[in-house]
Amino acid sequence: MEPLMAVVIGVIYSAAIYMMLRRSIVKLVIGLMLLSNGANLLIFTSAGLTRGAPPLIPEGLSAPLGDVADPLPQALVLTAIVIAFGVLSFAVVLIRRAYEIVRADDLDKMKDTDT
Amino acid sequence: MRPEVALPILIPLLSGAISLMFWRSHFMQRLVAVAGSGALLLTSLWLMASVNADGILVMHMGDWEAPFGITLVADLLGAIMVVLTGIIGFAVALYSLASVGRGHEAFGYFPLMHLLLAGVAGAFLTGDIFNLYVWFEVMLVASFALLILGSEKPQMEGAIKYVTLNLLSSVIFLTAVGLLYGLVGTLNMADIAQRLSQVEDNGMIDVLAVMFMVAFGIKAAAFPLFFWLPASYHTPPVAVSALFAGLLTKVGVYALFRVFTLIFNQSPDYTHEIMVWGAGLTMLSGVLGAAAQFEFRRILSFHIVSQIGYMILGLALFTPLAIIGGVFYIMHHIIVKTNLFLVSGIVKRLRGTYELKRLGGLYKSHPWLAILFLIPALSLAGMPPLSGFFAKFIVIRAGIEAEAYGVTFIALLVGLLTLYSMTKIWAEVFWKAPPEPRDDDKEIPAISHRELWQLYVPVVGLALCTLFIGLNGQPIYALAEASAEQLLDPARYIEAVLGQGGEVTP
Repeated sequence: MEPLMAVVIGVIYSAAIYMMLRRSIVKLVIGLMLLSNGANLLIFTSAGLTRGAPPLIPEGLSAPLGDVADPLPQALVLTAIVIAFGVLSFAVVLIRRAYEIVRADDLDKMKDTDT
Repeated sequence: MRPEVALPILIPLLSGAISLMFWRSHFMQRLVAVAGSGALLLTSLWLMASVNADGILVMHMGDWEAPFGITLVADLLGAIMVVLTGIIGFAVALYSLASVGRGHEAFGYFPLMHLLLAGVAGAFLTGDIFNLYVWFEVMLVASFALLILGSEKPQMEGAIKYVTLNLLSSVIFLTAVGLLYGLVGTLNMADIAQRLSQVEDNGMIDVLAVMFMVAFGIKAAAFPLFFWLPASYHTPPVAVSALFAGLLTKVGVYALFRVFTLIFNQSPDYTHEIMVWGAGLTMLSGVLGAAAQFEFRRILSFHIVSQIGYMILGLALFTPLAIIGGVFYIMHHIIVKTNLFLVSGIVKRLRGTYELKRLGGLYKSHPWLAILFLIPALSLAGMPPLSGFFAKFIVIRAGIEAEAYGVTFIALLVGLLTLYSMTKIWAEVFWKAPPEPRDDDKEIPAISHRELWQLYVPVVGLALCTLFIGLNGQPIYALAEASAEQLLDPARYIEAVLGQGGEVTP
């Protein structure tokens, strides 16, 4: 499972970076979305994939028996998804406003503040 | 139970919430802004006093013992940064009363300001690497919204670069946290530091170290990915610029200090060597960028970049004296840089523009403003007896002692070029005769005495801080020295967080 996930993550990262290098601001935001999804998958994978072993403690014991899945990465991914969702919805509103004001979907037309 | 460790985070969060409840009340929002940031300043001083008296303070959230729960840790560096946050927050809140228009207030300027301060304080106090990511995002979201308050065209264009680069750096940070968790299986920074010494895969550690360096380097506006800063910092209302200039990049610098003294201190020959050259190029590119500019806030923005280089140089040389210099530099820089932005705002209020070519004659009409500009400006350039002189002196002396002559030469040269930029502003804005009025000059609304004084008070306060650091260097140096001692002895931090034995069995 891990090698497959590694390849998937690599493809997502490279697709994201390719999208971010385009001039269109819509593609820029799509790139950012892909990038954060790739990071979430990476956290999930790098902590180790244990299948079919929920981290439940049997009644009467104080620790789970045998190898169980680590619950922490899932909590991390959940937090990261929520944050990425909030930030990206802001980014979508931002590019919409920017498009309304600049009237162009092209980063090369947004260079007034550069130096 | 030490409430003062959590209060600097809780107070701004709470004042932000209260401020939201009074969405329509202009007066109450302002009252909460001043009261909330004032309370933040007071608790930060309380925290500083406790840390000074009792050493590193640790608070386990929800009483989950480290390394299982999230811990808040206040060591001297963290406490110093929180005090600076309090000072800047209070000064900017006072300044905002007279400088932020009703239109901006109606779109939630004050609640966002509180949220930003909460994020900054949280980043300084957390002892958990994933929690650090969360505070970074809190801070970023607030800063995104503050940056585009008013939605003018330059703000939108600047914001796209700001948002993109900062999100990119967040994702790199998150990726590095994920890989680090895979490697050591913990998120508590003290625990990471302890377990990393048992990891044998040194190549992987170096990869992670460089990933953290890139992520925090972008946030700190270090070379080569600094261009988001000069593209955006001159666009928002000036109070926002001042707040950003003082605090945001310094959170990145703080994170570099924390991570590269506590966690990645195994192979300084490799990681810190990269940082030395990164610091040198950051200084040089920032100062050369500023030399080409003729807009007040753009010059100051580029100088943030160049000054960041000095702080990173302090960390990169990694000798006790250099770390002291880095910490001292942060203290000096936050106050001075915010003050310069506040002064630029007063100039804009009086003359209606930031363009140096269209300014002039302010020394004649407002001599005290000129003096108030000179104090932070000469301090930034490193003139004795102001704070910048000692900051630069310590860093440069550390550079010579470490025999890093190339980068020390750059540091000296950049000091000279900073003086050039500051005298350029002085000559253009204050000294030369005012230019002929042009047809497209906008009518400037008359400024009342009361409004002018409201703008002056925080500037005077911060100028006094600069003079205090400069004239009272020894106690401040001793403080920086004590914090550097803590930074260079990570065992103390680990022991404070994990308890006496240190070793925790899961």
